Amino acid sequence: MPKNIMWKAVLVLVLLVGALFYLVPTFSSNLPSWWQEMLPSDKIRLGLDLQGGMHLILEVDVAKAEQAAVERASQELRRKLREEKIRATRPEAIGDGRIKLTLLTKGEQAKFEDLIGNQFPWYDIASATTDPEGRVEIILKLKPSEAKRIREQAAAQALEIIRNRVDQFGVAEPEILPQEGGRILVQLPGIKDPQRAVALIGKTAQLEFKLVDDTVNPRTVTKATLPPGDELNYIYRRDHTTGRVSKEPIVIRKRASMTGETITDARVRVDSQYNEPYVSISFDARGKRQFADLTSRNVKKRLAIVLDGKVQSAPVIQEPITGGEARITGDFTMEEARDLAVVLRSGALPAPVRVLEERTVGPSLGQDSINQGIISMVVGFLLVVLFIAFYYKASGLVADMALFLNIIFIGAALAAFQATLTLPGIAGIILTIGMAVDANVLIFERVREELRLGKTPAAALDAGYGKATLTILDANITTLIAALVLFQFGTGPIRGFAVTLSLGIASSMFTAIYVTRLVFDLVLTRYSVKRLSI
Amino acid sequence: MELIKPGINIDFVGKSKLAFLISGLLILATFISLFVHGGPNYGIDFAGGILVQVRFKEPTDPASIRKALKPVGMSDAVIQDFGNKGNEFLIRAEKKGLKLEGLSDRIRQVLAKAYPKGYEVRRVEMVGPKVGKDLRRKALLAIFYALLMIAVYISGRFEQKWGLAAVMAAVLVGVTLLVQGIIGGGSITPLIIIALVVTLLACWVLRLRYALGAIVALIHDVIITVGVFSLLNKEFTLATVAALLTIIGYSLNDTIIVFDRIRENLKKGGKLPLAKVINDAVNQTLSRTILTSGTTLVVLVSLYLLGGGVIEDFAFALLVGVVVGTYSSIYVASPILLALPEGKPGLAKKIVPPPKKAAPQPAPAPQAAGQAPKVSKAKAAAAKQRKKKSKKRNKKRR
Repeated sequence: MPKNIMWKAVLVLVLLVGALFYLVPTFSSNLPSWWQEMLPSDKIRLGLDLQGGMHLILEVDVAKAEQAAVERASQELRRKLREEKIRATRPEAIGDGRIKLTLLTKGEQAKFEDLIGNQFPWYDIASATTDPEGRVEIILKLKPSEAKRIREQAAAQALEIIRNRVDQFGVAEPEILPQEGGRILVQLPGIKDPQRAVALIGKTAQLEFKLVDDTVNPRTVTKATLPPGDELNYIYRRDHTTGRVSKEPIVIRKRASMTGETITDARVRVDSQYNEPYVSISFDARGKRQFADLTSRNVKKRLAIVLDGKVQSAPVIQEPITGGEARITGDFTMEEARDLAVVLRSGALPAPVRVLEERTVGPSLGQDSINQGIISMVVGFLLVVLFIAFYYKASGLVADMALFLNIIFIGAALAAFQATLTLPGIAGIILTIGMAVDANVLIFERVREELRLGKTPAAALDAGYGKATLTILDANITTLIAALVLFQFGTGPIRGFAVTLSLGIASSMFTAIYVTRLVFDLVLTRYSVKRLSI
Repeated sequence: MELIKPGINIDFVGKSKLAFLISGLLILATFISLFVHGGPNYGIDFAGGILVQVRFKEPTDPASIRKALKPVGMSDAVIQDFGNKGNEFLIRAEKKGLKLEGLSDRIRQVLAKAYPKGYEVRRVEMVGPKVGKDLRRKALLAIFYALLMIAVYISGRFEQKWGLAAVMAAVLVGVTLLVQGIIGGGSITPLIIIALVVTLLACWVLRLRYALGAIVALIHDVIITVGVFSLLNKEFTLATVAALLTIIGYSLNDTIIVFDRIRENLKKGGKLPLAKVINDAVNQTLSRTILTSGTTLVVLVSLYLLGGGVIEDFAFALLVGVVVGTYSSIYVASPILLALPEGKPGLAKKIVPPPKKAAPQPAPAPQAAGQAPKVSKAKAAAAKQRKKKSKKRNKKRR
């Protein structure tokens, strides 16, 4: 046997054995430990559409984060004005990154400008108009660069917090990726309870403590009689046996006495008396001081615990709480309490998030898809293999073997690169089965043509491979171009199709051209072939 | 075994007028259908909306599901029996103004009330209108870029005009991006159409005849596949677009086989008219064209029939595309080569007025040194003959 043919055969064998090693973990569930240590042990990764799972695209409402920052700044400004003894109306956030206030004496304008320049460098004085009485109306505007920073930071923070929550939710191999335009992609494979996941991820978890105004009767209060600085809210209660929800009105202060930003930990505990779960939260040193201060000044008053604008409960402060711990009761189920602890621990989202896109596939549908995909693959494969063997006889068998090899290589490549196999991905493999034999059809038709011209089998094969190869290359490259564009454009399942299509085309060029040629060469060197079975 | 006998000689080129007529009618039907249906029937991927696939423990019917869905404002949802077993349904709503946030949760709640015996939500797809619009843009751009890149590749490979093709593509992409930036979030459909027309005109003016043939065939395939979907009122989803892109890549295979053979036959020289050369090439490669499409169709039919409802439309789009692509590489792409006058780039025409004398090609891009004289000789010969082709073609047929 000529040396170069032998080396080629060795190369193909090595590749085949290597491919099989990569495939074994996918098809055998308990590998011996020495295998796991020394040999590839990654299975082919299944996409969400095959193993079941959830795909979410979230959008962080960064404009809200900016708005919140401006509101905080206006409160801060009010305090500074008092400290600096500048007489002015209460600064008000009026939207679009602007704060409005009026200086009561004109002489203090320079002092005010100093204050802004030193303490609020990221605000510009957009306008200052003096009215006839000598009062100066001022509009401050957030600098665009700072607005951009706030938005970007909010998006980054939200990503981090969501990642935190998902980690604590306990999903194997979740994927959380930032997308263009401040969007976040979340993929949760194999998730059992998608609705709970959405609730957990999307909850803003803005915790506020607000004092209850017991001077008014919440049942009779109207908009007109509501004291300024108060708001009417409701406590929702759910009867666990009937599932009926009742709501009870409550009047609370608009201003939060304290927020949840100083929370360091949140745990689920069970009340020994009523056997009901509650969430125990602990504050850091600053929060501890604040909470002690708040509770000691308001003993015997009611303190409403408000989560994302909804009153959870409003217990009476029995005595000052100085230990830096508080409990949130409400009628939670165990699961709800656990989720609440998770979101409190991971912190509040800097801005609300919205679900822009949701795709969920249940595990049973995924399994159905796998089964149907495999059946159609096997049937398609058998039909093509039989047809080719029938049409090209012995040469057809060589092509069939190359086709089989091609599928092995695609599978091995999927496992080796840890690419994701999706349902369209399976369709891609099926399509490649139909397309990979095209190369052999082109070669064989050419060989037949050359044989008709009276060439010997060896010469005909030579000419056939020589002339057809370039055409095959051209044809495959255009398909590859389309597959690449598809990879760029698609997400999830569609991307899986682009992957298997590209892999299939690439490996088919090796199997259908190189390997079949090798087989013919091997046969021709060993036997003197007078008539080619083609 | 041979399906198609080697000596076959069918007059494909002679029938090209009929083929153009058929193609023209199909394309016209596409546009009429699109017009009547008010544009493509976008699925929720592109239109925004919600799709829920539910399997019930007991058989039920669309009317009672509709009744159950009334509380969530989805009583006008499209409800479709999935798999025809009477217990699994696709519920789809694209209603504008439907509050999508938390909708799947609310659907679960009302179903739980109406079907106490139990149900299983097997699939939920919810796409907000904003995402749908983004996806529509991206899909159109993807199709456009795929066509453009393939045009560059074909021009480069078949006419050795890599530089010219690349410059043309770069300019087009640049202009596309620029205009896109100017019009911002607006509709890009007209932009893409303009860009495609410019591409075709550029191919014409620069005499990139193979590229012109290939692109016309590709646009033809895409339009007719879209038309079939529109006529059958099937939905456009992400998978349909993936199928269209695949068709763009794959339907070219047959075209390339024929083009390669045309080039090969031209290199052999001979005094045959171009029409004859083309027709011979189509005939010589006919069995290949049929066989390669055939094997692909076989696997696609298997996928269509056995692959399950989730992948059905995808397989269908590919099936249509492969059939149309095979037809177009025989009847559309090759005859287009004849539509272009021979040889010279449009600009050179004015400088060298008498066309008969200009035998060697004054092509701006360098030709592959070895083949250039042969090719141009053959082409020049063909050019002379071509004028008489209509009279001679029939006589020359074997």
